[in-house]
This record gives sequence, structure tokens and C-alpha cells, in this order.
Amino acid sequence: MSEVWIVVALVGAATIALKSVGPVLLGGRPLPDHLTGVVSLLAPAVLAALVVTQVVGGDREIVLDARLVGLGAAVVALLLRAPLLAVVAVAAVATALVRLVS
Amino acid sequence: MRVTRYRDGARAIAPIAVAAVTFGVSFGVLAGSAGMDALAATVMSATTFAGSAQFAVASILGASGGVAAAVLAATLLNARYAPISVSVAPLFEGGRLRRLLESQLIVDESWAVSRRADGRFDHKLLVGAGLVLYVSWVAGTAIGAIGGEALGDPADLGLDAAFPALFLALLVPQVRTRRALAAAVLGGAVALLLLPFTAAGVPIIAAAAACLIGWRRP
Repeated sequence: MSEVWIVVALVGAATIALKSVGPVLLGGRPLPDHLTGVVSLLAPAVLAALVVTQVVGGDREIVLDARLVGLGAAVVALLLRAPLLAVVAVAAVATALVRLVS
Repeated sequence: MRVTRYRDGARAIAPIAVAAVTFGVSFGVLAGSAGMDALAATVMSATTFAGSAQFAVASILGASGGVAAAVLAATLLNARYAPISVSVAPLFEGGRLRRLLESQLIVDESWAVSRRADGRFDHKLLVGAGLVLYVSWVAGTAIGAIGGEALGDPADLGLDAAFPALFLALLVPQVRTRRALAAAVLGGAVALLLLPFTAAGVPIIAAAAACLIGWRRP
């Protein structure tokens, strides 16, 4: 088996295991009480981290670029109570425009 | 709250599906230049189905970084799926195999849109959104890997900014309580602090630990 296929197999197996650990081991049953408080805060914590890593993330560095302008535009759209589609589109268009002119 | 359907999840994720196809094409092209043939790239998208980890693998293989480095980087990047999958575990019913298969539709975006305003996760939203993203990602990869020509750099179209905008839009309605706001601020701060010093993926897992402020003694 070539190096490429070994990587495809190992990464696939690891990811399938990581994604299924909750549903396979705990699936279909309500979470224990002491876990529900923790789990309800997982979304805000992870979403905030995803926003940060995707807007200023680089290769082991913080990169400030046109993505920040896009996120700023998204904030304005959110303040105007725009629907999700508009928020995402505004962010992409603003970022593309900045890259076009810079 | 009204009954949700798979279609609601598909509709919610539609704008991001456009970005997913474009990034899928980019992954297919990048994988080709990194020495992965079209079949390997497409099989990887169908089995791993996690964009950032796959881009990391392609760039490491392209730089002759070796099997171990590629697998380690991808596993670190996907480690967040362990707590994420636990958070939605109650949604998955039926036999083990069905739960295993359905859980593969969990990605950041499908998970994020499946959270309803009342704080619970919705199975149909997750599966509907996940299927649309899965098809977009795998088809995009195949097009890029076989066609070999990018439709254009997704960054030129600003599509890399679509993802943080989506996550922010989904985060805002969730920080209505003081605890949720504290978890978001803490998670964001931890990610920002670790970003320059750790391998990709580590900032997100560390930020996930911010949810432990919700721990209650069993």
C-alpha cells in the first residue's frame, strides 16, 4: 500500500472514531444530569474558538488580513438583523472586495 | 416549537454548501499536486469529511512530511469532534451501525446549525445539513481531482471569510445567559492565546474545555 493510501486509511479511521464516539457509546439516551450543564456551554465555547481561528488563524501565527473586514461586515449585518444567508454573503463579498483593491 | 424537517437543515446550510463545493474543488486540486490520485482524494473526502484536516494532510504530503506527521496533524485537528459528538449523542437512535454512519455527518457547520433557539440540538437539522455538506464536499473534491483546474481561488471570492461569519451568526443567539457568554469569551480568548504557539487544532480543543465552567457535582 502506498504512503498516500496509508494516510487516507489512518486519518479516515481516526476521524470516523472521533465523530462516532458520542453517538455509538451514549447514543439515544439523555446525557447524565451533571454533563448537561457542560454540554450546553460547549457550543458557545467552540463556536467562539472557530470564529477566532478562522478569522485570524495562520500557520502558528496570528494573521490580520481581509477576513477581518469580512467579519466586521458580518457584525454590521447581524446588528441589522439580516438573515443568515445575507450575513455569510456580506462577509464573503466584503473580503473579496478588499482583496480585489489591495 | 414547530416540527423540523431534514429540508430545514438543508436550507439552513445552503449558503455554506456553495463554499463547501468550492473548497472541495480546491482540496481536489491541492491533493493532486501533493501526489494523491483522484480516487485517493475522493475516498478521503468521503471517509474523513473534515476540510481543515484534509488540507493539512495534503500540504504535509506535498512537502514530503511523512505519514506520521500527516496523521498526527489531522487527528489533532479533528480531536474536537470527540466532545462535539458527545454533545449531540442523545440525538442518534437505532442500532450501533446506524448511529456510527449517521454520526459521520457531524461537521462543525452541521453541528452549529442544528442547535435550536431553546438550546437543544435537532437531529433532522443536523442530518439534513450534514448530507448537503457531504455531497457538496465529496462532489467538489472529485471535480477538482479529476478536472485538475480550480474554479478560482476560494480566497479571491472571500469564501474563507464565509465560515467565521457563519459561526459568529450562530454564536450570537446562544450567548443570552451570563454563563454562555462567559464560555464564549473564555473559549475565544484561549484560542487566540494558543494560536501562535501550538499546532493547528490544539487551540480549539483547549477552548472546548471552557465549557467545564458549567460542571455540576454529580
